[in-house]
Amino acid sequence: MLDSINSQTSVLSADRVSKSFGTIPVLFSVSFDIVAGEVHALIGENGAGKSTLMKTLAGFHQPTSGSIKLDGNTIDLPPNGQSENLGIVLIHQELNLAEQMTVEENIFLGRELSSRGILDRQKMEAVVRSLLDDIGVDILPTDRIADLSIAKKQMVEIVKAISRNARVLIMDEPTAVLTEAETELFFNQVRRLKEQGVAVVFVSHKLAEVKAIADKVTILRDGQWITTKSADELTLDSMAQMMVGRELSDMFPPMNEPDVDAERILEVQGLLAPETKNVNFYLKKGEILGFSGLVGSGRTAVFEAICGLSEISAGKITFRGDETRFNSVAAARDAGVVYLTKDRKEKGLLLNEGMRTNLSLLALPKFIRNMLLDSKLESDALTRAIRRFDIRSRDPEVKAKDMSGGNQQKLLLAKIMESDPRIVIIDEPTRGIDVGTKQQIYHFIAALAAEGVSIVLISSEMPEVIGMCHRVAVMREGRITGILSGDDINESEIVRYAAGLKEAETNG
Amino acid sequence: MDDSLVKNTAQNRMMKFDIKTMGPAIALLLLCIIGYLLNPAFASEGNITNLLTRSAFIGIIAVGATFVITAGGIDLSVGSMAAVISGVMIIIMNNAMSTFGGGVTTVLIGCGSSIILGLGAGWINGFLTTKGKIEAFIVTLGTMGIYRSLVTYFADGGTLSLDFAIRGTYRPVYYDSFFGLPIPVWVFAIVSVLGWMLLNRTAFGRYCMAIGSNEAVAKYSAVNVDRIKTLTYVIQGLCVSLATIIYVPRLGSASASTGVMWELEAIAAVIIGGTVLKGGYGRIGGTILGALILTTIGNILNFTDLISNYLNGTMQGLIIIIAVWLQRADFRSSNKTT
Repeated sequence: MLDSINSQTSVLSADRVSKSFGTIPVLFSVSFDIVAGEVHALIGENGAGKSTLMKTLAGFHQPTSGSIKLDGNTIDLPPNGQSENLGIVLIHQELNLAEQMTVEENIFLGRELSSRGILDRQKMEAVVRSLLDDIGVDILPTDRIADLSIAKKQMVEIVKAISRNARVLIMDEPTAVLTEAETELFFNQVRRLKEQGVAVVFVSHKLAEVKAIADKVTILRDGQWITTKSADELTLDSMAQMMVGRELSDMFPPMNEPDVDAERILEVQGLLAPETKNVNFYLKKGEILGFSGLVGSGRTAVFEAICGLSEISAGKITFRGDETRFNSVAAARDAGVVYLTKDRKEKGLLLNEGMRTNLSLLALPKFIRNMLLDSKLESDALTRAIRRFDIRSRDPEVKAKDMSGGNQQKLLLAKIMESDPRIVIIDEPTRGIDVGTKQQIYHFIAALAAEGVSIVLISSEMPEVIGMCHRVAVMREGRITGILSGDDINESEIVRYAAGLKEAETNG
Repeated sequence: MDDSLVKNTAQNRMMKFDIKTMGPAIALLLLCIIGYLLNPAFASEGNITNLLTRSAFIGIIAVGATFVITAGGIDLSVGSMAAVISGVMIIIMNNAMSTFGGGVTTVLIGCGSSIILGLGAGWINGFLTTKGKIEAFIVTLGTMGIYRSLVTYFADGGTLSLDFAIRGTYRPVYYDSFFGLPIPVWVFAIVSVLGWMLLNRTAFGRYCMAIGSNEAVAKYSAVNVDRIKTLTYVIQGLCVSLATIIYVPRLGSASASTGVMWELEAIAAVIIGGTVLKGGYGRIGGTILGALILTTIGNILNFTDLISNYLNGTMQGLIIIIAVWLQRADFRSSNKTT
């Protein structure tokens, strides 16, 4: 089935590889060829087996059946990243750099150059400098990793891989945390590597990027190989369809306009808090209000301040007609205002706990009977949440860290909903989530709004904001530069406000 | 579907129960068998009662330490705190003698002041770590030094002794039995049950675990992190004061050497019991077993000539290291198979 591909020489290939964890099969006889000088994208929904396949190809997992071939010869890859010595480098989504050390120290970590037992810093620095110059990024060997932006950290990882003479570079969602400009910079590096004959494999949920950079695309679904095609033959729609295995007719649910005279449930005037300056807006009952703008423009800060997570220095917040300040998250929750963080792993879920503990945590007082927690109430809530939010897990006792990103997000959504909120603030609800789950989440949000819950949707994904929101507030440098509605909600308008080319006079 | 879900849950609980809970219990059982084989007198009623009574001090303190450690903190000051509370209690009771005589009233005044001191000392530790934003290790290292030097100062470098009249009234609290069990054992049992309920069945316990797992998640989930953390230290202080109340009638005195190393024994009991040192997971049942294991080692060494009694610390140290090592190994293998 892969004849056309096999005719080229593949550096590294998986030959009918299956992988099970315990009794649970994750990959079913998947074949995958990596060719030198080619960019190969691996796409699929969360839980499709992409990470497992990548880790198998890099030796972190051993295949249950099938084999891995390097230069055509069957090989047992050494575990724990020692495949780097064979030129196979896996860059994890969570970057693997020592934050407090310099770029040079990181690149040479574990194989420092030394003479007579003393580190040869000059030589190492020179090598790193020339590598960085080659790539043309503006990073110094002496920069501390902690001071670099995420994009630059990623560059350092790539340089590190190159310095180890990587022939195969496997990357897990390298662009998930990058801005558009950073992504472009990153793609330039990928193209350079490709010219040098390095084989690049990467996972991404951003199909437009896949289309733009990949030569070949492999689609996995539920651990099965679906297809491997040249990127030219695929359209964004066909990729999405094959990933999900069904028609994705409407990504966004139909928009349900709130009443023109619906009450203003929340009104904010002159809000002054960390990273925000003079923020004014209102939110109507049953409305979905988008918050757009660049990363760091203060969108999250506004709502952290409103929800009692940071100090407010000035401003007036009117909630259901009364002036209010929520001094704590608990006070905001009791009033029905909840914030769903964008940082699922660091601020959202207790990764070592199961679904039940995570689900009830925010609304825990609700589960108390006679001063004690009622575990039956908690179990019932979980059964309901699993059904309502379609949380799919193999094992009801699964720890949050072992769940896929999509299921984590659904669990987080369920957790927030346990407190019966009137206003839900959702921050980047679909970051790192596959198309199918994205669509589900959009439908949950729309359904909530239809029930009369007011939603604030903070998002960096333009289509999401445009497709979901009744009105969109655009922020720049801590201020709202404009609030768009109706036909004005389009990409070019939002970009103009976000980039500071345009600013509504009322906020000037 | 719902049925199978519930069944699965129950099965998984059983398995977890096996691996994590049974470890310390098996260790204790083994120790008892060894003790019995070395000297059958080990299993005599008198010795078992004695063993339980001795475990009570460390056990009660360790129950408090379980809360502190589960919530991601540490309290190094408990030994010194016990010493200073003992000392102040004795001073207060001796002074109360002139007004209230050597009767129950004086003893109650002493106990009351002990509880107030314990709560206060715990609150100070909690306040400095949360509002003062100083690491718990440093705060309690500081208070440990302060309390230890205070008791030395109060005793003027010597020993504070309880007046003989009061001693007579107070003595039964340590030496008397109730339904066949010494009073300290009852206190230990009650503290354990209450502690277990508090950690496993209340929102407070859940919040402790949440904070220990990830403070940011707790904060974003409407948990008042500072208050809960402070409360863990207050509970620790209360436990120390309870331990002190049953300890003082034993010797009727306090000195600079009272409660030395108790903090480490308490922490050791918690860790042997399976609570994770960096927080997020706590087990009161394990802590109790841990305290019993530590006391049993000392007790066995007293019974046999095989190993010198002076090597008690060595044996305890080895047990701590082995216990933690076994828990690690266990985690690794279970990760591999799933």
